[in-house]
Amino acid sequence: MRHGKYPFIIGFLVVPVAIYVTFVVWAYIQAFYLSVYEWSGLGPVENFVGLGNFRKMFDDTTFWQSIKHNVFLLIFLPIITVVLALVFAFLLNVGGGHKGGVTRGVWGSKVYRVIFFFPQLLALAIVAVIFGRVFGPDKSGMLNGLFPESWQPWLFLADERYAMGCILVVLVWQAVGFYVVLFSAGMGNIPTEVYEAAAIDGASRVTLFFRITIPLLWNTVQVAWVYLGIAAFDAFALVNIMTVDRGGPDGATSVLSLMIYRNAFEFSQAGYASALGVVLFFLTLTFAWVTLSATRRESVEA
Amino acid sequence: MTTITKTPGPRTASAGKAPDQKRDLKIATGLSHVALVAWALITAGPLLWVLLASFKSNTEIFLGKPFALPNSFSFDTYANAWSDAHIGRYFINSVFVVLISTAGTMLFGAMAAYVLARYKFPGNRAIYYLFVSGLAFPTFMALAPLFYILKGLGLLGSFTGLILVYIAYSLPFTIFFLAAFFKSLPYEIEEAATVDGASHVRKFFQIMMPMARSGLVSITIFNIVGQWNQYLLPVVIMSGPGADQKLLLTQGIAQISVSAGYQAEWSTLFAALVLTILPMIVVYAIFQRQIQSGLTAGAVK
Repeated sequence: MRHGKYPFIIGFLVVPVAIYVTFVVWAYIQAFYLSVYEWSGLGPVENFVGLGNFRKMFDDTTFWQSIKHNVFLLIFLPIITVVLALVFAFLLNVGGGHKGGVTRGVWGSKVYRVIFFFPQLLALAIVAVIFGRVFGPDKSGMLNGLFPESWQPWLFLADERYAMGCILVVLVWQAVGFYVVLFSAGMGNIPTEVYEAAAIDGASRVTLFFRITIPLLWNTVQVAWVYLGIAAFDAFALVNIMTVDRGGPDGATSVLSLMIYRNAFEFSQAGYASALGVVLFFLTLTFAWVTLSATRRESVEA
Repeated sequence: MTTITKTPGPRTASAGKAPDQKRDLKIATGLSHVALVAWALITAGPLLWVLLASFKSNTEIFLGKPFALPNSFSFDTYANAWSDAHIGRYFINSVFVVLISTAGTMLFGAMAAYVLARYKFPGNRAIYYLFVSGLAFPTFMALAPLFYILKGLGLLGSFTGLILVYIAYSLPFTIFFLAAFFKSLPYEIEEAATVDGASHVRKFFQIMMPMARSGLVSITIFNIVGQWNQYLLPVVIMSGPGADQKLLLTQGIAQISVSAGYQAEWSTLFAALVLTILPMIVVYAIFQRQIQSGLTAGAVK
């Protein structure tokens, strides 16, 4: 029975492990290694600078601008998306009240769910191209086209004050539907008797939402928060495609991911790009750790 | 929807409460629909606008009036986008790459996950955690080194390189998900097969894979959507001489979008977008339920 066990195990693991180690593990190890070198990306890796690349970040205004924008997304993307998605999911699943002892969503909830979810299937790159035009700074842009003739067209992405807000809007636009479906799945697992018992006790829908739905859904909300936070560290496709001068105007939409890309492939600063990557790594880990430990609660048994 | 607002009165448990609640419910339901319809419009609006604009001439687009009907519905812009703007080629490139890399991801991911989930051997945990730790690392961190690794292997700008990288970066989640799934499958059937003299390989393909079908379907959907929507990896890897023939759809559209800024070929760009979005709508219409559950199952562990 044990015959051929090890050849089988090795035979099944060798290809996946080889591919994974070559392109993922080795690349991450290299990133740590390169982060202490000043290297243009050409020729042999030399010129060890120790923490020099990290010191360079302190004096790099683009770095601080990027961090600021990532933090902006990190705060607002999860809050807005989770709140909207929770409210919509609640309306779609519980909002119809109870009839004949069954808790239902409002009429047409299936249709809404299908429509809301659709943007999730579009590549962020495609979404970026679409919204680059939606926010077009003249009458050819959809939003400016909706304004009356006499209005001065808004600049949206070309205005330093609004550009970052536009990025946030697009990220929310795309994400909400996914979390509506995710939360709906979670709400589906809440036994209807819980709602019925509460409703018989005269609980309003607002009470149901805050006292029953949210606590019983807490684990899912937590996961959503972490995912959205990680998405807030990316935003590369949007910034690279949508914004003026890629990250502009005047650095108003620069984010860490864009900075890494440009340093690696445009400014010939592969070492510096790797150091920025290492910083991104620690920021992501810290964020996930803080979120998970700050939101830990006794899980409520349904 | 009514405009009656409820006056808050003392809630005594007697008559009068029931109709009160009913009216309450009506108002709340009305408001719910307003909110839901509003978001549906916000979601669909930009997409409808793209569809309308794809039939318009540049002059019509610049008139504003985003939701006005075009003067004529001609498919010239689509023909332009398909051949002159190379959308046809990018589309085929994307289909080719995603087909092979998803198949590869599923095969290698399932093989590794199966062995890691159901066989005891020294180093099992180490290899498992090696794979799963990939979930914690942001792809951007590896960007520069990845480029030089591919360059060193002579795989830069090649489909082979891109496919291998897609597979590599999809493995952590695929293995994480499938290992848990394989673990949950019953051992009795497998033991019976062993008694009957089935080999390890045969047990995998003929017993475990069919039993794991629902898990495999979920994660396949997750990988297809994820790989189809990739933008960063193709941008990094499909570069260099000769790569312009091998652009993927996301990358190609982004490039058209940038050059459209100078040539103002907006209608071609809009047609290209419709050609990209349309297949997604068709697939979504057919597999809507599986897609929703597949993607959400992929997200929550």
